[in-house]
Amino acid sequence: MNIKPFGALALATTLALTAACGSSSTGSETGNATDVALRMTVWTSNDAQLKLLNSIGDAYRADHPEVTSITFESLPFADYNTTLTTQIAGGNAPDLAWMGDLSKDLIAADALVGLTDKLKATEGWGYDDLVDSATAEFSRDGTLYAYPFSNSPFALYVNTDLLAAAGQKIDPATLTWDQVAAAGAAVHAKTGKAGFVIRDFDYKSWNTLATVWTGWGAAAWSPDGKTCTFGSPQMRQAFTFLHDAAFTTKAMPGPGTTADFFAGDAAFTIAQVSRASLLTGSFKFGLYPLPAGPAGRYAVLGQAGVGVLASGKHKDQATDFLAYLTNPANAEKLAQFFPPPRKSLLTGAKLAANNKVLNAAQLQAAVVDQLPGAVTLPNHTSPAEIAQKGKTALDAMWKADADIPAVLDSVCAAIQPILSK
Amino acid sequence: MSFWTTRRRDVLTGYLFIAPQLAGVALFVLLPVGMAIWYSLNDWNIFTGRQTFVGGDNYAALTSDPQLPRVLLATAVFSGGVVIVNITLGLLIAVLLNRRFRGVTLFRTLFFSPVVVSVVAWTLVWGFLLQDNGGINGLLGTVGITGPNWLQHGGTAMASVIITQVIRSVGINMVLFLAALQGVPGELYEAARIDGASSRAIFARITLPLISPTLLLAVIVTVVGALQSFAQIAVLTEGGPELSTTVLVYYVYQQAFEFNDIGYGSTLALLLLSFVMILTLVQWQLRRKWVFYEQ
Repeated sequence: MNIKPFGALALATTLALTAACGSSSTGSETGNATDVALRMTVWTSNDAQLKLLNSIGDAYRADHPEVTSITFESLPFADYNTTLTTQIAGGNAPDLAWMGDLSKDLIAADALVGLTDKLKATEGWGYDDLVDSATAEFSRDGTLYAYPFSNSPFALYVNTDLLAAAGQKIDPATLTWDQVAAAGAAVHAKTGKAGFVIRDFDYKSWNTLATVWTGWGAAAWSPDGKTCTFGSPQMRQAFTFLHDAAFTTKAMPGPGTTADFFAGDAAFTIAQVSRASLLTGSFKFGLYPLPAGPAGRYAVLGQAGVGVLASGKHKDQATDFLAYLTNPANAEKLAQFFPPPRKSLLTGAKLAANNKVLNAAQLQAAVVDQLPGAVTLPNHTSPAEIAQKGKTALDAMWKADADIPAVLDSVCAAIQPILSK
Repeated sequence: MSFWTTRRRDVLTGYLFIAPQLAGVALFVLLPVGMAIWYSLNDWNIFTGRQTFVGGDNYAALTSDPQLPRVLLATAVFSGGVVIVNITLGLLIAVLLNRRFRGVTLFRTLFFSPVVVSVVAWTLVWGFLLQDNGGINGLLGTVGITGPNWLQHGGTAMASVIITQVIRSVGINMVLFLAALQGVPGELYEAARIDGASSRAIFARITLPLISPTLLLAVIVTVVGALQSFAQIAVLTEGGPELSTTVLVYYVYQQAFEFNDIGYGSTLALLLLSFVMILTLVQWQLRRKWVFYEQ
């Protein structure tokens, strides 16, 4: 028996199918469709947050019988971008998606539906209520491509019990990074617990270090995103501070050592205010704006947007639902978890109305007062490639005898070709 | 003359018997390989679905990728390490457990049990154990040894992923070797002992030749398995520090699914496929030299 013809047939079938699959899939426009099932990918699996989203979805469906279901699909945060892009590539794009650093790629590829016209045309939506600094990251040529529904500034959480145990006192009004490092080192020396922890950094996600290096006036790349600036004197000083904290003073836990502030393992952490829900009341805490660096006071913002995928099946209905999800009334409800981009909602008292953990004064100081001048975490097209190549180069930094300037130059050598594309 | 001759009926019966297998091969082997070949010839913007035919550009990129030599070196070190340690340890454990003593079944179960544990769960646990302030260094500390920061230095990180992979999978080779050892005729050992052969000579001249077909199978399966090891790397080290544990299959994943470069990722996948095929072919050809068939 000769099975070669079967193999050839299978291969030919494969190529034919592949060629067919390769044709562009842009989704169908179904403005008057019935039986519309909307799907939105999210990276939260928090029950309370999903419950709120579902309640908003149910209220929308009550007035829109053509929408039979709205599903909020939780994807793990660590694999969120990969899963979302795989869904898009596989022709199974969601109608709406939360997005973080993937937004630049999606906007550059025209993969998102422009929202400005729809939002401006929606009665009572109040487009002019949006804070300009919040919309900049998700805009191109005057068009908004994702609603910046979560604008969570990074803040300094302090475990005051641990500071007291180590005999340390801080003045939040004049606090500097050097004082945080000194108090952190003292806590580590006296209690064995960690000093300060940059949450989610874990010696991998280096972009979170922007919460520190911005205090030295440093930036990962030039404002136009074309030139790497890791080799700048300011960046060298910032990394010298971090390196000393990890290897000399031990103010920051070293590589391979875990310490969870919210479990009571560290004196300080830098995290977004939305993480306050992790506080369980097992220790006394304070929440303050970021400490000042040598370049003065500063604020850094972590943003999440929600956009409509151009390759989704129900673009019109999805855009309409997005306008409803983010209208003033629903934005106020969402504000209990996600600092909104609306001027009318941005007061400490309003944010505290539904917040069970943080009070009005804390939210005023750590959120409202920080937003106008805040910079975002480094964001660029090809974020995963920049992150991986930067991490590979920065791995050499996390050794006791690291040559800091040489390592920072190697980061630029690794990522400059991607920035220049 | 009837169309359905005996020969035609036999041929049809044969094809019907192999049809399920053939369909599986076509669907799950030929189709993906064909798609990978097609993708490797294209630049695919996955956000828009647009594909642009670029011919051999992705193949040319292999020669100019500055990271690829280090990835191939890490792949060779990881695969070589896993194969050598796994085969040696598997054989050693099988020889030790191929005798009658109290509790032998328990020991066999213990060595085999990691095989059935989820690889991600297994690796997560080892990740905690191998932290600087984790369980392994805690144990070493009790006897006065300061352990290294296992996953943060190239050499110890590679050793860590090799060892965790071997501990998890050595049970399969142990079982294969145990079965082979129990098939060696006892009278050969008796004759060798009567002739005064040493234990080492008995192992080298009788045991090894008679289990060599199983050894060949185990080596091929372990080589292929090592080249496909993904979860251990992804969970334990994410390919770091630097590129020290970035093996080819993990690099394929990064390029295709993290960097969204499906074309170059597919080209790398085909490179991996060619390595697996060449290595398997070489081992299969070498069987004439070192595999002993009793006949």
